[in-house]
Formats: sequence, C-alpha cells, structure tokens
Amino acid sequence: MTQPTFNSLNVGDEIPALTTPSVSRHTLALYCGASGDHNPIHVDLDFAKSSGLDDVIAHGMLSAAYLAQMLTNWVPQSALRSFNNRFTAMTQIGDTVSCSGKIVEKFEKDGEKFVRLELYTNTPETQTIAAEAVVVLA
Amino acid sequence: MIDKKHIGYNFTPVTITVEEGRLKFLAKTLGETKGIYTDPDAAKAAGLPGLLAPPTFPFMLEIDALDLVDFISVLGETLEKLLHGEENFNYYAPIYAGDSITVRKKITDIIDKKGGALQFVISDNSFTNQHGIIVADTRTNYVFRHQ
Repeated sequence: MTQPTFNSLNVGDEIPALTTPSVSRHTLALYCGASGDHNPIHVDLDFAKSSGLDDVIAHGMLSAAYLAQMLTNWVPQSALRSFNNRFTAMTQIGDTVSCSGKIVEKFEKDGEKFVRLELYTNTPETQTIAAEAVVVLA
Repeated sequence: MIDKKHIGYNFTPVTITVEEGRLKFLAKTLGETKGIYTDPDAAKAAGLPGLLAPPTFPFMLEIDALDLVDFISVLGETLEKLLHGEENFNYYAPIYAGDSITVRKKITDIIDKKGGALQFVISDNSFTNQHGIIVADTRTNYVFRHQ
C-alpha cells in the first residue's frame, strides 16, 4: 500500500470508502462483549421496547469503529491525531454502514503537515455520524 | 432532571490492563484483518511491543473503568433515557496489549436543551499508560431524554 503524502493530496479529495456487511443482532452481541458497552438497548429487545423503541439499535461506537477502520486502512494509526464523532441518527438492525471521507483543509503547524477530513457514516436511509479527523502526513 | 451539583465531580481513577485476547476479539467483531490488530507475531514483526488497540479503544476503557449503570446511578438517572451524543478523541501515543492504562474521568458540564426535555452530560477523560505518558484524552457527550 502506498502511503498518501501531504503533497499528493488536495482539498476535496475523497479517501477510499468502506462499506460493512449489514449489522445483525449477532454483530451487536459480539460488539457488546468485545467493547464492554453492555447497555441492553443494543441486545435486549424487551429493554429496547421499554425504552420506547421498536427494536434494538446498534451502538453508535460500532459505526465510529468502522469509520476509524476506514482511516487506518488509509494511513497508519500513528498518523491519527484527533477523531471527533457526532451521532446524528440511530443505526437499525439490517443496515449496512457506509463510511466515507474527504479532505477539507491542508495546514502546517509547528513544523508538521496535517490534513483535516470530514467523515460520514450512512445507512441506506440516513446519515448516522458526522465526524472530523486530523491526520499528520510526511 | 440531573442536578448540576455533579459538575466538577471526579470519579476515582481506575487502572486497567489491556488484554491481548480482548483486542483479538474486538478485531474479529469489527472485521479487522490487518495483522498489527489481529496477530501478535505480525505486531512484533512490525516492531510493536504487542497488538495495537484501535482508535476507538479509549471509549471502551472509559466504560470498563466505570460501568454505564454505575455512572448513571451517580447522576440519579436510568439507562432507558441514555443516548450517545458525541465522542471526541485526541491521540498522543499508542495503546498496546499488555499496557496498564489509568483512566481518569470528570464531569465537566451539564447542559439543558429544549427546555429541559434533553440534558447533555459532558465527561472529560484522560488515559495514562504505565510509563506515565498520557496516550489519549476524550470528551464524551451523554444525552438523557427526559420525555
């Protein structure tokens, strides 16, 4: 894999996208255990209904983890300096999570070169995360 | 309604060992296939001391350090009302399997929205490794729905 460089990138460039298989109840059960987020709203239908939902919903942080994976497929994780996620809608069972991102700024600070990215996750219905990341590049 | 007296509350710091098996389980769950996240030998071959924890791992340590149910009971609330509003990470150094990470968590703001129908509870969290290096800090926005 060729590493992207500061000079090779331009504002408006999109980074390689990532789309996941559809989120299943099994995915959420595994993520509940692996992540330590044991909130029953993600795995227990009875609890979800008592919270006013029709079904369990995916963890927002599961989609954020997929978004992070798109970034670390593109650059080494050590290049990632910040990663800010705003959860804008719920992800439902059966949804695919489509991750995308583009460069919105190039800047230099304290002798290092950075790009700022706008990032999104979308289900087939709606945007679920609006995020921003800052990445240092050679 | 959550009492604003909780602003400034510092939870007791908790130190957690990052387990290799947990990172493997997480990588499998996420469909991650890059060797530095899945294969300790590949991580060593890449010059790393152990498997690399992925970028969202500090949030997992945050809830390991303080279970959501316990956090919410401090606020006098229930889990049914909780949503995740924002999760923001700043990275200073990597986290590896075998590290011992101390999690410090403080409630830094409580904000009423929509005339009190929603409340945002902001927690600032820092993560320090066994060498005394701050590896990350995060800001979590927990949203409580009162209606």
